[in-house]
Amino acid sequence: MLLRLSSCFSAVLVLGSALAAPARAQVPVIGLITKTSTNPFFVKMREGAEAAAKVAGARLLTGSGRSDGDNAGQVTAMENMVAAGARVILITVSDAKAIVPSIRKARARGVLVIALDSPTDPMDATDAFFGTDNYQAGILIGRYARAALGARPARIVTLDLLPGHPVGAQRHNGFLAGMGLVAPAATANTLGKPDEVVCMADSYGDQAKGQTGMENCLQRIPDVTVVYTVNEPSAAGAARALKVAGKDKTVILVTVDGGCQGVRDVAAGAIAATAQQYPVRMAELGVQAGVKFVKTGKKPSGYTDTGVALIAARSVKGVESRDVQAGLASCFGNK
Amino acid sequence: MATAVPSAPAPNPPARLTLRERLPSIGTLGPFVALLLACAFFATRHERFLTGENFALVLQQVMVVGVIAIGQTLVILTAGIDLSCGMVMALGGVVMARLATSMGIPAPAAIAAGIGVTTLFGAVNGLLVTRIRLPPFIVTLGTLNIAFAATQLYSDAQTITEVPPVMVALGNTFPVAGTRVVYGVVLMLVLYLLAAVILRQTAAGRHVYAVGNNPEATRLLGIDTSRVLLAVYTLAGALYGVAALLSVARTGVGDPNAGQTENLDAITAVVLGGTSLFGGRGLLLGSLVGALIVGVFRNGLTLMGVSSVYQVLVTGVLVILAVATDQLSRREGR
Amino acid sequence: MDTSPERSEATPDARARATAGGERPVVLQARGLVKRYGQVTALNGTDFDLRAGEILAVIGDNGAGKSTLIKALSGALIPDEGEIRLDGRVVHFRSPMDARRAGIETVYQDLAVAPAMSIAENLYLGRELRRAGVLGRVFRLLDHRRMREGAEQHLRELQIGVRSMTQAVETLSGGQRQGVAVARSAAFARHVVIMDEPTAALGVKEGGMVLALIRRVRDRGLPVVLISHNMPHVFEVADRIHVARLGRRVAVLDPREVSMSDAVAVMTGAVEVEGARR
Repeated sequence: MLLRLSSCFSAVLVLGSALAAPARAQVPVIGLITKTSTNPFFVKMREGAEAAAKVAGARLLTGSGRSDGDNAGQVTAMENMVAAGARVILITVSDAKAIVPSIRKARARGVLVIALDSPTDPMDATDAFFGTDNYQAGILIGRYARAALGARPARIVTLDLLPGHPVGAQRHNGFLAGMGLVAPAATANTLGKPDEVVCMADSYGDQAKGQTGMENCLQRIPDVTVVYTVNEPSAAGAARALKVAGKDKTVILVTVDGGCQGVRDVAAGAIAATAQQYPVRMAELGVQAGVKFVKTGKKPSGYTDTGVALIAARSVKGVESRDVQAGLASCFGNK
Repeated sequence: MATAVPSAPAPNPPARLTLRERLPSIGTLGPFVALLLACAFFATRHERFLTGENFALVLQQVMVVGVIAIGQTLVILTAGIDLSCGMVMALGGVVMARLATSMGIPAPAAIAAGIGVTTLFGAVNGLLVTRIRLPPFIVTLGTLNIAFAATQLYSDAQTITEVPPVMVALGNTFPVAGTRVVYGVVLMLVLYLLAAVILRQTAAGRHVYAVGNNPEATRLLGIDTSRVLLAVYTLAGALYGVAALLSVARTGVGDPNAGQTENLDAITAVVLGGTSLFGGRGLLLGSLVGALIVGVFRNGLTLMGVSSVYQVLVTGVLVILAVATDQLSRREGR
Repeated sequence: MDTSPERSEATPDARARATAGGERPVVLQARGLVKRYGQVTALNGTDFDLRAGEILAVIGDNGAGKSTLIKALSGALIPDEGEIRLDGRVVHFRSPMDARRAGIETVYQDLAVAPAMSIAENLYLGRELRRAGVLGRVFRLLDHRRMREGAEQHLRELQIGVRSMTQAVETLSGGQRQGVAVARSAAFARHVVIMDEPTAALGVKEGGMVLALIRRVRDRGLPVVLISHNMPHVFEVADRIHVARLGRRVAVLDPREVSMSDAVAVMTGAVEVEGARR
């Protein structure tokens, strides 16, 4: 009886270690750190990462800062994750410069660090960067606006992010390039201002400030024909100001993001076109690269474009766009 | 042991006020003069600045911060500060918007609930300051974070749209002297007038000043300073709720990211308006002027095509000038 | 229009001559007051008598218990043992408000004024006058003009020379500020005015003005309790001197019959006094 019990016991032990051994040796642990945990963009990214991790058989740890710009929170999350055994860190950086020392420390310990959505400064502080080509996003909506404008003169209002922010500069300058105007290069951090741009205001990506900026610019040039805003909340604010001024039907309003509320605004006609980003694709590519690194030791490098697509309710000749249904299928936020 | 004691003569009709006695009024006049100068400057730079339509625009752009600044003025007059004002306002906005949209509650009740929530936050601030005796800076720093998190969680960090028409009614306009004025602006002006009368013409209002100027003396004279402080913070909370309604009316949405700059904007308006951060001194209407100064600069600089970063620079310079003028005029007066 | 509460009909002189033997009646009295703070006994069974129409100076070295005594009399603290009588009736003060309601006003050492507010406002702080009719009763609006006029009258009665009642108190000199605080107490006191170191922060000329002010308060029928470290001022203005030492009253002196150095000697314990004089 004792013999049977002990052989049973040892069989269980062997079986158990046989099952556990692969788990211990092979499940890659990947950490995903976003700017905040509530922004729908990052919620979608996290969902995409979780799904990709499940498929790849990896374990996902998630964390974030408290708010946009909270660098310390991200540093803490990274330290905790590396201590918990993460060999890969995927991070959407809140502060492109301040996070670099912590990233270098992690990489020195053999951790693979990939930036998602926003690059670090300098970009090669991380092993790789997967994100939207914001300049390209600007070009797409610029081309759409030029085509939709037709023969009318371009009198442009831009509602930008805030001075010195690279994403804001890239989208703005890309938009100008897409409009066929003189524009700074993709690497420039200053906002181009050809003559056709009659008014510029900073919206900080905020709806109320977008509205205020649009109202003030309308005072300056009542006969605006094209409005570019840096993201969809500020576009919603601008749309409201245009509506109050009775100009919503005559002005072409373009923006970037591809959130579900923004796509709904496109469907409703408040926004003419938006360039949609793909946070899920960023997460998927990141998880896949991470798993590959853990299994084979091969690191990704450089910049990988995660794609951007033009979403418009009305298509215009010569410019490829997707319709609202397609936009809603892949948008982030509440459907 | 008699010493020659000069007995003071009975007072005569007031002699000419010396410069020393005139100076304190520079602290109160300063903001108005600054506003006039700013308007005069921008009027020369762009012909559309000095139009009724543009003024109506600036008024509606400052109405949210303007109402928040009423509450902030009350708090600062008691030598306190409320760092949570903008966040609490945002919470009120998403509460009333969400109740009216996805929860189907009739708009007036939703509005009342939103204002109720912000009033509650104000009362919590007041209780922590008076009962637990924590410094207002620390207390409101805490409620600032709590309100922010509550807002993000309650709204799922999404903007709430399709708000019922009743809720945005205050954003509608009516014609006045050739231009259109937003109803919310009228509400803001009425609230300023009411608050100014209460502060100047009632004992409760004078006690607010007294508590800020010398809380110990006020206590010794039998005034319940805790009750005054609690009333001030709670009333401020209610005002943030009204500001939330104005914000929803203006933008047409419940925005969880609203109010982030209103925190400091409201305090800037109060300081620019001449109210002392040390409490006990200041004119309520000055805060309206302070809010207008910031709004005029933002509007004027955009009209001129100047980058918004200069607007931030100018605001910073003005704040320092305002505080310095206040300090200097008080020092002379002693 | 006299805005202060009613006083007793008797004139100061009549009250002063009231009792038999030419002695004035006792207005405020304390017997056997004890107050302990943990190990320290601040009041050790002290007595106190204040007579009508007099200025009683309370002197004592540091730690003698004079400020504790004054706090007990003005309601700022509750004694552990002993009894206080006002006009013969036993009173229990649980707070400064109780003492004020009973008609005892205190001029604190730091004056307890709101410096940024006007003289009129400070005078009526906590006791503001409202307008007549609906405006006052329903809307509770203040009557600034009546308060200004009342302040003017009170300051004039005490011959305090200040130009305008709308001036902020912080624009006044030290002596004038003291005058405002004194006028406030005199305006609302019905029985006693207590003054804590009224001349401490003042120069010679202004100190003299305040002493004259104190005399005028007494002459208007209010007895004054005066705590002071300043011996020359005490001897100039006091009718009697209560000497406190080690938490007790060790003597009551007549400034006309003793010298300053005698008083100091009693105060420091260099000289023992047998049988306290009344």
